[in-house]
Amino acid sequence: MAKRFEISHVMDFIIGDAQAERAVPPTGFTARLTLFSAAVMAFLAVFALALSVSAGRLSERWSAELAQSATLRISAPQGQMQAQTDAAMSVLETTPGIESARVLDAAEQRKLLEPWFGPDVPLDSLPVPQLIEIVEADVGVDTEALRVRLAGEAPGAVLDDHTRWRKPLAAAASRLWFLGWLSIVLIFAVMGAMITLAANAALSANAKVISVMRLVGARDSYIVDAFVRRFTLRTLSGAAIGMVLGVVAVVMLPAARGEAGFLSDLGFAGAGWLWPLIIPALAAVVAFAATRAAARRTLKELR
Amino acid sequence: MIELEQVAYSYGEGELLSDISVSLTPGSFHFLTGPSGAGKTTFLKLCYGELVPTSGQARLFDRDVRSLTRDDIADIRRRIGVVHQDCQFLDHLPIADNIALPLTVAGKSVHSQDGNLSELMSWVGLRSRAAALPPELSGGERQRAALARAVIMSPDVILADEPTGNLDWEMSQRLLTLLVELNRMGKTVVIATHDIGLIRAAKSQVQARVLRIANRHLTVGADL
Ligand SMILES: Nc1ncnc2c1ncn2[C@@H]1O[C@H](COP(=O)(O)OP(=O)(O)O)[C@@H](O)[C@H]1O
Ligand SMILES: [Mg+2]
Repeated sequence: MAKRFEISHVMDFIIGDAQAERAVPPTGFTARLTLFSAAVMAFLAVFALALSVSAGRLSERWSAELAQSATLRISAPQGQMQAQTDAAMSVLETTPGIESARVLDAAEQRKLLEPWFGPDVPLDSLPVPQLIEIVEADVGVDTEALRVRLAGEAPGAVLDDHTRWRKPLAAAASRLWFLGWLSIVLIFAVMGAMITLAANAALSANAKVISVMRLVGARDSYIVDAFVRRFTLRTLSGAAIGMVLGVVAVVMLPAARGEAGFLSDLGFAGAGWLWPLIIPALAAVVAFAATRAAARRTLKELR
Repeated sequence: MIELEQVAYSYGEGELLSDISVSLTPGSFHFLTGPSGAGKTTFLKLCYGELVPTSGQARLFDRDVRSLTRDDIADIRRRIGVVHQDCQFLDHLPIADNIALPLTVAGKSVHSQDGNLSELMSWVGLRSRAAALPPELSGGERQRAALARAVIMSPDVILADEPTGNLDWEMSQRLLTLLVELNRMGKTVVIATHDIGLIRAAKSQVQARVLRIANRHLTVGADL
């Protein structure tokens, strides 16, 4: 019952009071300016949101992927390479926490080096280290103990468990995630400030209207609602337009899937596409609060 | 109905009104006179809660003005119709909508075809001007429109501030007749004016008391 009442209250607010609408004269310029600002801010908010969501996703994936794998790199004189590789493999096979270990063949190594040296690497004539790919089991590996054993059995082996570069990457991603959200907060703060300015302009342009309405017995809430309704609906529609344009722009970002650069990953995934919907809603809430505060402040100076 | 007790009022430097005590009883008819700048408008503002006494007590419908919330003030303004000195219309709305404004802001829906509204428009002789905007009206039409707006909520009290200020004699008489009619319907009426002729003309139509403000003080029942 109480719920019903609230819904009908919201409906009344949206439909509005045609008579109250007419009492406050239209302010065309302020209206267009509010619509425009709301649209621009919502457009920017979509990008900040996409940045944040993508960075969050990326940092999760990196942490997950990198935690599961490690690489053993064996650098040894030509003659000892095979012996050290075999020794290292037997160490790995008897180490608890390692699910599997695999010596990469020449073709795979070539592929890994290609981005740095080009397709025609004379792999045989270069002192390229031998790589062993390790997949860790969920229980994890005691890397310090493994390093000690390797130092004894295969002195040319260097264990790279990726923590060295995983940490800064994950930190960068989570920093981006944070900055994205901070931008969203700032965008809405600016939106609130602009709506306050616009509402104040509209209120002072209508000072006489307000005082006449008050003189003939209008309650504050009646006058406040007339302004709040305008600015809220205006901001809501502006933000909706900006949000749609922003989402279209994100959709049209050139896709370069697979190569998995960060830029190609910018965007939403699955249910994440619903995220931008909160932007117009939040904008409306900001407009409602800002206009209401501005109108109440103005009315306080009038009896 | 409206009672002032030892009321003083000051806009800042020096008291404009001092030690004013008066009671406006239901159905009474008052003229408020005094030289220009004596404080007639200020007195009326104290009577409808627009101003709060700097000292003393103003009681509107048995409630101290100081104890009223903003919503209370709004509600009291629906029971006191005011004809402002400068009329105070919304210039972008047709005169019929301006007259209906008190109903509108009270949340009562009004239609221009509404029987009561057009009856009221005829009563003040503005029926044919319903669609005109306030700036298009003559001084006399504006004053009558202001009176119509003041009475549309069927208030208990009507306060008229120089309602005949810029009207010719004949038009002044018409307006006075309208106010006397309202008084016969039981409304309390206060007319601020420095038009002695108007007061004389009224004496034959209605039992009126004259309040005179001069030198900060109010004298009741002063001789003309
Ligand atoms: N809001 C105000 N602030 C300061 N002084 C005012 C204000 N309103 C009126 N006054 C002064 O108070 C005096 C009385 O004004 P008013 O009540 O309008 O007199 P009246 O209606 O009798 O001509 C005038 O001298 C006027 O200048
Ligand atoms: Mg005056």
